Amino acid sequence: MAPHEHPPHDHQDHSDVPNDLALRVKALESLLVEKGLVDPAAIDAVVEFYEHRVGPRNGARVVARAWTDQAYKVRLLADATAAIAEMGYSGGQGEHMVVIENTPKIHNLVVCTLCSCYPWPVLGLPPTWYKSTAYRSRAVIDPRGVMAEIGHVPGDDVEVRVWDSTAEIRYLVLPERPPGTEHLTEDQLADIVTRDSMIGIARVVAP
Amino acid sequence: MGLNAALSAWRKWNLDVFRHEQERIPAAEYLRMSYYERWLITVMSLAQQAGLVSNAEIFSGRPDGSSAPATPPLRPGMVGANRKGSPKVRPTTVTPLFSLGDHVRARIINPTKHTRLPRYLRGHAGEVTTHHGAHVFPDSNAQFHGESPQHLYTVRFRARDVWGEEANPRDSVYADLWEPYLDHA
Repeated sequence: MAPHEHPPHDHQDHSDVPNDLALRVKALESLLVEKGLVDPAAIDAVVEFYEHRVGPRNGARVVARAWTDQAYKVRLLADATAAIAEMGYSGGQGEHMVVIENTPKIHNLVVCTLCSCYPWPVLGLPPTWYKSTAYRSRAVIDPRGVMAEIGHVPGDDVEVRVWDSTAEIRYLVLPERPPGTEHLTEDQLADIVTRDSMIGIARVVAP
Repeated sequence: MGLNAALSAWRKWNLDVFRHEQERIPAAEYLRMSYYERWLITVMSLAQQAGLVSNAEIFSGRPDGSSAPATPPLRPGMVGANRKGSPKVRPTTVTPLFSLGDHVRARIINPTKHTRLPRYLRGHAGEVTTHHGAHVFPDSNAQFHGESPQHLYTVRFRARDVWGEEANPRDSVYADLWEPYLDHA
């Protein structure tokens, strides 16, 4: 992949891969294909799946529905895996989902200090910063400092909960619905829910 | 990512083995490498250890004839089905040791092999907030010693207890910990 500019927000993030690393991966792939150990079309299918068919748009739809359908929200908080599957989202790294709700008094932030665990079926693949050793170590020690760098600092009276994904439980933050969005449809609400707000590093802002 | 999924279909290793293999990268190298370089090194190492490729083949990039051509287990049509994922919860008849609200302490352990008890929590006391049933136990599974399902709990730690007085008194850290990691506090 060639380096390219990418805007912030919920754009599907690509990691900039140095050319020599890409070559090494290609060399390994060629060897494995020649030995019959992997099917290149299968590799392409996996890549296509994670580039196009899962992504933060899935999680945004879950959030928008929870904001507009109280009964769904109750189900989502009680059994997130089942409620998310109702919307058609399930699969690897989403087998044991828990949704954690932000309120005026509680702000949740998700990290995987040990590697880069992330709820793929609802958010796609994680952004580079989430996988960085800097985020992995600092989020758990100084969540407020990390959030301040992105732009949002919860007040001193807010309880910040950092969830370290040490097992196979995968966390999705249900961000607060911003004021001034009462007139928006569920689809329009899904449009404003960002990936970063579902990790907990940012809030959703009204358009 | 695609390469790892395709190779993992051979079932020569599991997710816990994969994570452990990555953790075996010497610290200075681990921190220097990019995320994908770590994955590449890990996949190459596992493929060699599993006998799927030889060291000579890795270096030359060509098959050396030491193994016959194989039939790849992961075909494109299977990718959607494979994305069903693999739940880690297992049935158990073992009574959980801890209940919701129990005060527990993360053990001080220093394993040379894989564990999912982060160093920063070892020795610290917290409160059980959720019980998730019994889950595959990584410390065992990463050594190919079997799934050995153990009860899994979410434990809440006060930030001040873990990080000291500079932490906000309201803040907390939650971690998902298996029963062998915990004692009653």
